[in-house]
Amino acid sequence: MDFFKIIDQLSEVDADVMGRFDSRRSVFNSLGSMAKRTALAATPLFLGSLFQKAYAGTTSTAVEVLNYALTLELLEADFYRQFIATGFIPTGAPANAIAQIKKHEDAHVKLLSGAISQMGGKPVAGTDTTGVRFKGLPAGIPNTYAGYLSVAQLLEDAGVRAYKGRAGELIGTDLLTTALQIHSVEARHAAHIRTMRSQTPWVSPTDDLASHPVYTSGLTSGSTAPTSITAGGSSYGIPAYSAASPVENNTTQSGVAITTALANQYTAADAAASFDEYLQAAEILDASRAGGLALLS
Amino acid sequence: MSDNLQPRGSDDTSFAQPLYTPIKRRSFFMYAGATAGATALVLAGCSKDSDNATPSLPAGNSVTSSGAISLGSGDVGVLNFAYALEQLEADFYSKVAALSNGSTLLGSDFAYFQQVAKHEAIHRDFFKAALTRDASSQVLRGLTPKYPAPTFTDRTNILATAKAFEDLGVAAYNGAGKLIKKADYLVIAGQIVSVEARHAAYIRDLITPGSFAADEIVNTTTGLDDSKTPKDVLAIAQAYITETLDGSYVGVNS
Repeated sequence: MDFFKIIDQLSEVDADVMGRFDSRRSVFNSLGSMAKRTALAATPLFLGSLFQKAYAGTTSTAVEVLNYALTLELLEADFYRQFIATGFIPTGAPANAIAQIKKHEDAHVKLLSGAISQMGGKPVAGTDTTGVRFKGLPAGIPNTYAGYLSVAQLLEDAGVRAYKGRAGELIGTDLLTTALQIHSVEARHAAHIRTMRSQTPWVSPTDDLASHPVYTSGLTSGSTAPTSITAGGSSYGIPAYSAASPVENNTTQSGVAITTALANQYTAADAAASFDEYLQAAEILDASRAGGLALLS
Repeated sequence: MSDNLQPRGSDDTSFAQPLYTPIKRRSFFMYAGATAGATALVLAGCSKDSDNATPSLPAGNSVTSSGAISLGSGDVGVLNFAYALEQLEADFYSKVAALSNGSTLLGSDFAYFQQVAKHEAIHRDFFKAALTRDASSQVLRGLTPKYPAPTFTDRTNILATAKAFEDLGVAAYNGAGKLIKKADYLVIAGQIVSVEARHAAYIRDLITPGSFAADEIVNTTTGLDDSKTPKDVLAIAQAYITETLDGSYVGVNS
């Protein structure tokens, strides 16, 4: 494969091709280190990654997207492990539900780890004592069954927003299908945890946790958006943060005012409940959300 | 279904292969779609495959030789596909919400159905508005849903129909996602499918507590939800729609 010939051809049809590569962080740096580490066996995949970085406008490879998803799945899996270990969960329906959810999170970890390895990437790792773990209950959350359950809701609803935020980077691929199939399972989990907590199954302004940052957007004041994450023996880049994502109370979708511009009139609450919203990686990993619940050593 | 991960086991080698392949395919499309100039480059490299003129794909609402209504091709086809399913869901919930004996049949759950009726009506109206804006000549017509006789006569049938529609909706969006070419549409589909999944989980719990993500719907090995092709979805949904729909070209680009 003549990589530079391809670049050359591209530059004939797109005069700005070098600028496109250049304007993105470390594309050629990663080419150098990648070449050293893996030789050319991974070239077709890597080449794909390079073009994705240059043109998708999202600056990430599929492996990076999957490692981000894996980080969240490891966090969820370890959270449920610790939750179960507290002995707080009543036997019967509650214990069965949490066990079912943990089974899925463990399956997602295994699936994503295997996929990343097969694609030539290095999956982030997590054990009971190292790598990606649940940090423990944040300040202000009581060390009780109800306290843990409220964190479960925040993690699941954040997960639903997180998968949505990266779907565009997998557009047109079978990997997108896999991501969507995980995404809807997280939404099922979220709905059940919410039901266990006597909340509506969907995000609502009347939730007891409605003001939590998981349901708003943006970064903690004064914090800087990370450009890469190092966790569990692996590092991966995350897309540059732009403006704050829509909040869950958003009532305008694709430029359409849901309350007033449709064939029928709808309330703001119904408009908001009909669409879940995405969050960018930098927002999910912010200290106010999943980032504040995770140890990434 | 050969590229679907769902039926595969945990054997890493076998399941990872389909994950790897589409990346290469994707790089081609990203490259091809980069600029108009790049398209010329691709055509030059594919001239042997391009001898046949661009096939003429049916537009939304055109009628096929068998008398079926085409959902159209490309992204418009995907939007019409979603619009058809949302029409069906919205109609079902509106009929439940309008039952004069709704409180008797459903008790306190009647309010839930009235609430979800609003969500599904919003999805339906949204797709119509988006299609009218982006492809005004191809907006799928209003469909005429039909139901087996006992659908609205007791709680069991109402819940069973709701569960079937919600699980089908989740599988439909999951399967159609990768056919979408325009990122804005993919975002919208993602925003809606998780709400459908919340509905599905809740209605499942109403029928059998704790079945929100039961082993019959979420694969126990992979932890993946169901995913169905538009063709497989329409084969199921068609039983509830008077008009015959043709989704053969949904997501197919000219």
